[in-house]
Amino acid sequence: MRTLSLGRMIEIEDLTKRYGTKTAVDHLSFQVRPGVVTGFLGPNGAGKSTTMRMMLDLDNPTSGTVRIDGRHYRDLAEPLKYIGALLDAKAMHGGRSAYNNLLCLAQSNRIPASRVGEVLDLVGLTAVAKKKSKGFSLGMGQRLGIASALLGDPEILMFDEPVNGLDPEGIHWIRNLMKALAAEGRTIFVSSHLMSEMALTADHLIVIGQGKLLADTSMADFIQQNSRSYVRMRSPQQERLRDVLHANGFVVVEAGGGALEVDGATTEKLGELAAESGLVLHELSAQRASLEEAFMQMTAAAVEYHAQGTDVHSGAAAPGPRWGTTSEGA
Amino acid sequence: MTAPAHHHAQAPHAYVSPIPVRAAHLGDALASEWTKIRSVRSTMWTLGVMILLMFAIGLGVAALASASEAPLGEESALGFGFFGMLPASICVITLGVLTIASEYGTGMIRTTLTACPSRARVLTAKAIVFFLLVFTLTTVVTALVAAAQVAMVDAAEPTGAEWLRATVGAAAYLATLGLLSMAVGTLIRHSAGAITVMIGLLLLPLVAAMFMFSQSLKSVQEFLFTYAIPSQMISLYSETPPFGESGPAGWEPLLIMAAIAAAALGGAYALLNSRDV
Repeated sequence: MRTLSLGRMIEIEDLTKRYGTKTAVDHLSFQVRPGVVTGFLGPNGAGKSTTMRMMLDLDNPTSGTVRIDGRHYRDLAEPLKYIGALLDAKAMHGGRSAYNNLLCLAQSNRIPASRVGEVLDLVGLTAVAKKKSKGFSLGMGQRLGIASALLGDPEILMFDEPVNGLDPEGIHWIRNLMKALAAEGRTIFVSSHLMSEMALTADHLIVIGQGKLLADTSMADFIQQNSRSYVRMRSPQQERLRDVLHANGFVVVEAGGGALEVDGATTEKLGELAAESGLVLHELSAQRASLEEAFMQMTAAAVEYHAQGTDVHSGAAAPGPRWGTTSEGA
Repeated sequence: MTAPAHHHAQAPHAYVSPIPVRAAHLGDALASEWTKIRSVRSTMWTLGVMILLMFAIGLGVAALASASEAPLGEESALGFGFFGMLPASICVITLGVLTIASEYGTGMIRTTLTACPSRARVLTAKAIVFFLLVFTLTTVVTALVAAAQVAMVDAAEPTGAEWLRATVGAAAYLATLGLLSMAVGTLIRHSAGAITVMIGLLLLPLVAAMFMFSQSLKSVQEFLFTYAIPSQMISLYSETPPFGESGPAGWEPLLIMAAIAAAALGGAYALLNSRDV
């Protein structure tokens, strides 16, 4: 009989992975707590998949440890009952039927064969259970991968980029499934390179860039600190406008196209100020920086492959992440 | 979906599965590997072709020998088994390599090792399932073919020991050669690469020996003629060394193959355990 506990926790301590001179994961430490969806966010090549492979003992860390419930993954006799993982939807033998792909996994963990039918039903693949999985669409493959993760009815579930390449219906389905699984008290760890996706599903965020931990924060805090609101102003008398704003104690940031961005002020107040000073305004609008922009700003220094000629700093991006500080005027 | 478990005072509560935890062991890994090997087309193809070749070649050779009425001397008709064994070994090599290398090709290996983190258990289960399947099947086929050959060809009556070597011995030899292929597949992790290496190992020494005309290479040539895998297969059917005075005969080729396979499997275990997947 399993004893009731606080739930299964994943602890990552000082995890490092080097390939030759390249460091993929760099002294990473964090915990994944039970009962919530933890988002694992980072640009492509940040080391998310490498970290997840080390969590599952597929790759050996150069140094550091991963503990699941205080134990090393290799010491779990029937790991599917503790952790279910979707790493790569195509990590199945395409020549085998969906049913047999799941059956051989179930058998290796002493999971009753009847469970295979249950999970196939759960992900909606019962009708194609006897079909070879190589004929599956991306969405069906993803569902099969999720079925294999759910096979042992585990307390911890790990999904690597589960919505990649899915249609809106599939994305919606996975989102709801993750929320339902977390609501049952399970530990959900899901990676993504899309902030917008995480904003909809995750309760907690772990952000990494170039293998380093950039943030370990609750989603609510992240939103509070990063969805900066500001006022955008454009005037043919830009120099004078700037002087007036400075004189009144406003923080002004110059944006592209001759616009000024003013933090911590309302449009009413700034409009009146401009009128008092006799300034012509071509634009006066309230703006809100998106979470995606905040994420890009945060990881900009850590993005490995930049496209030529794009600059993530341009436009209405926030002036920079402000971790640990309370945001003023937001 | 199952109802969440209620937990005293602590929030968030932990999920507790209704599926009981029962410690899995090698037997479960064996069941898993048996499901894997029986549920892919490549198993049916390689073993089907193998059976077909053994019957067709074995019976064909026996029919030719019986028609020619050439005297066989002291030899029994069991020696004809060799002709089916050589092409059969190519099928066994292919299946042995695919048993593990196809998991690398498809990415299934990551799923397999996530489900069973004991890599030694996975490889052991694969080896046992593969060996028993190939051994059982080839024992039956070699016995049927040998019985037909003995009945068709007018030759010396084989002894019990000869019967045993031509059936159980030949089957064990093929299955062990398959284990060596599996080990090479584990080391190389690439189906086409490992099959090429194994077929090269099977045929190249003999081919190379044929072109060693130089006197200085005489000893190398003799060694290759004696110890090349096809030569050893012939030796398996013979009481005395068929090539020169030394060299293996009787059960010795099987022992040699077993030693090589054991060494290769040892390397496969070590590398599988230490390598990233």
